[in-house]
Amino acid sequence: MGLTRSGLNKENINMDNYITKRGKLDYFLPPDIQEEIRAQIVGDIYQEAEKIANKVLISPGEESALENRLDDLLTSRWLGFPLMLFLLAFIFWITIVGANLPSEILASGLFWLEGKISLFFYWLQAPGWLHGILVHGIYRTMAWVISVMFPPMAIFFPLFTLLEDLGYLPRLAFNLDNLFKRAGSHGKQALTMSMGFGCNAAGVISTRIIDSPREKLIAIITNNFVPCNGRFPTLIILASIFMHASFNNTYNSLLAAAVVVAFVLLGIIITLAVSWALSRTLLKGIPSTFTLELPPYRKPQIGRILLRSFLDRTLFVLSRAVLVAAPAGAMIWILANTGFNGSNFIQHLAVFLDPFARLIGLDGFILLAFILGLPANEIVIPILLMGYLSSGLMMEPESLDSLQRILIANGWTWVTALATMLFSLLHFPCGTTLLSIKKETGGLKWPLFTFFLTTAIAISVNFLLVQFLKIFL
Amino acid sequence: MLLSDLKIQEKAEIKAIRVSGRQGRRLLDLGFIPGTIIKAIRKSPLGDPVAYRIKGTVLALRKEETDLIEIRRIE
Amino acid sequence: MALYADSLALNLLRKNFNISNDDNKPIIALAGNPNTGKSTIFNGLTGLRQHTGNWPGKTVGRAEGYFKYKEEEFLIIDLPGTYSLLANSTEELIARDFICFARPDLTLVVADATNLERNLNLVLQVLELSTNTILVLNLLDEARRKGIKIDVKKLEACLQVPVIPAVAREGLGLEEIKKTCYQISKEKIKIKGFKITYSREIEEKIEELIPLLKRKLPFLQKRINWRWLALRLLEGDKTILASINTYYPIYQERVNIFQKGEVQLDGFNQVWLK
Repeated sequence: MGLTRSGLNKENINMDNYITKRGKLDYFLPPDIQEEIRAQIVGDIYQEAEKIANKVLISPGEESALENRLDDLLTSRWLGFPLMLFLLAFIFWITIVGANLPSEILASGLFWLEGKISLFFYWLQAPGWLHGILVHGIYRTMAWVISVMFPPMAIFFPLFTLLEDLGYLPRLAFNLDNLFKRAGSHGKQALTMSMGFGCNAAGVISTRIIDSPREKLIAIITNNFVPCNGRFPTLIILASIFMHASFNNTYNSLLAAAVVVAFVLLGIIITLAVSWALSRTLLKGIPSTFTLELPPYRKPQIGRILLRSFLDRTLFVLSRAVLVAAPAGAMIWILANTGFNGSNFIQHLAVFLDPFARLIGLDGFILLAFILGLPANEIVIPILLMGYLSSGLMMEPESLDSLQRILIANGWTWVTALATMLFSLLHFPCGTTLLSIKKETGGLKWPLFTFFLTTAIAISVNFLLVQFLKIFL
Repeated sequence: MLLSDLKIQEKAEIKAIRVSGRQGRRLLDLGFIPGTIIKAIRKSPLGDPVAYRIKGTVLALRKEETDLIEIRRIE
Repeated sequence: MALYADSLALNLLRKNFNISNDDNKPIIALAGNPNTGKSTIFNGLTGLRQHTGNWPGKTVGRAEGYFKYKEEEFLIIDLPGTYSLLANSTEELIARDFICFARPDLTLVVADATNLERNLNLVLQVLELSTNTILVLNLLDEARRKGIKIDVKKLEACLQVPVIPAVAREGLGLEEIKKTCYQISKEKIKIKGFKITYSREIEEKIEELIPLLKRKLPFLQKRINWRWLALRLLEGDKTILASINTYYPIYQERVNIFQKGEVQLDGFNQVWLK
């Protein structure tokens, strides 16, 4: 061993040093000697391990040339970042192209079933309000959640899990680390951010891998700026509509995928900017050191990925959405069917929120949907549709095309879509994420701070965008 | 010579770790022990961090840390 | 002084780790480096008979579950994945304290066969603390794909513990693990245990320190591995005495020879102590 054991050799450890005058055990040797002993102990263990490994390894194997080439490519100076964007775009594109048909089938099936259920209620001679709450409120919202959100989830989640299983996320962190260092945050934040793509609550929990409390807080606060699996479908759906992607048109669907990638990039840029600002103001300090392991690529097991992403992600996210959607749907129906001065409560609320919402490029209904969607971001679009449909405009919802028609009939332009997507990306975290922040930070201070910070950023960015577009359009 | 001076695909033997305390202990536990062979594998697209192969694992280190590790290049 | 075999005291101690084990099932600790397929093995062994939570007072997740072999039922606790037990992080502290103070009847260490040498580092540290250890050599298929061949019999001979090859993702090796756990619990397999020999200087210091520790800390007799404790004190591990204080509070009077002021703590273990 190449240790300089000078200190250890010189210092003859006198055992009396361990006992103080009062008979207490004082085990501290001079710190430099402890360091040397420590190094010696660790070194000896490693040496033993090496000795044993040399004895039992019949063939030590070789570095996989394929793996090396893959890593060279994925982290290459010129191709590293473009490949990262391309991979993301590819996943979004498959989701966009693949989700439309099943969406249509699910929608027509579920709304056909709604008709049958209504007939059943009619046959029962159930009171109108009961039929209203249960069918037009709860069932219809849940049907929207399932038909609009389920197909993109069922396609996106397995693809994302595949990327995770292959071991791509550490490579992503390796590529992005430099930017995080400059932002004054921990290298592993790139990793926790990547986890946020799956679910922000999981992303917040994953910040446990960061030891320094300062850097952990930065990672927690900024995790929400990357869209989670609950918000990706919203972005993907709106991007498709906003691009008027006539789904068979490859060019338009590619463009829609590019728009989602642009939003992801924007999310990363804002993550870095906010981390930078926090580490220079509220959470001052220098980045602590870190090491990132790049584990070997693992051969993904397609069957297991399908099963796991379906059970752990799709079913989890969807069931959460359905659970939240049910009471929200009931509430919307009640609000839509009660009121004063000739309009219902939804309209009153929407009218009340409208002037402010217009300032940031939304309308009262959209803002209301975001507020009601606090428990789960997945239900924002379904709630929005329920809101629009309840405001008198009746339309038989049948497919994604009708979604587009409903939005356009309610005055949506591409600016509205852009503003809604932007707000979805930047606004307050969902209830589950806020709870996780409370758990991880042990108090209400940081979840509240995150709530207000993200919302303030969302409002300011949206406001600036709208004013900017007003000048130039 | 410092680890940060090592070029990609070059090998070196670790001579000493110039940092003590918790940071030094952590490096030690990861296998950065004097006498160990380390190889620079690849740079990240922006040049820092750099990935090294040490004791069968690929670890990425920022320059702040590789500046603390003394090495001797092996031809 | 009561002997360590006093199972009541041990159960009290285990309660500190939130283990309720009133029917005295054998307890197995599952240790291993990250990315070794440890959770796959845990899931494979326990199936649906598991529940998850946090370690007491920590934000580190933990899982525990049961499995049965013949008539014997085992309680298995999944420790955080770590590279070492040298208490550099909360995870390492938890894993170390569990093995050291909850004294599992058996420790399973999962090692990645594609990277044996680095994984042996943890294995050797576990062996220092826990005699009844089984080494599970996982990811053998990956290793084969990379052309790595390991002489399992020789490894067993080197380490003096059972070594079980496994491909946990395909369920290979799980029955063998259960069977071996059973045989050890029934004392059909006797494990001798393995001891690392350190450099001469360190061994000398250990020899000097052990009698002193025995004299000064008689209540730890049979409760701790003196050699291991001596090593921790020599390297100035500031967490071990704090942990002794936490887990043997009934001996507070005697333990107060470790005055709080003498133990300077890093940020991370202050939280641990609360």
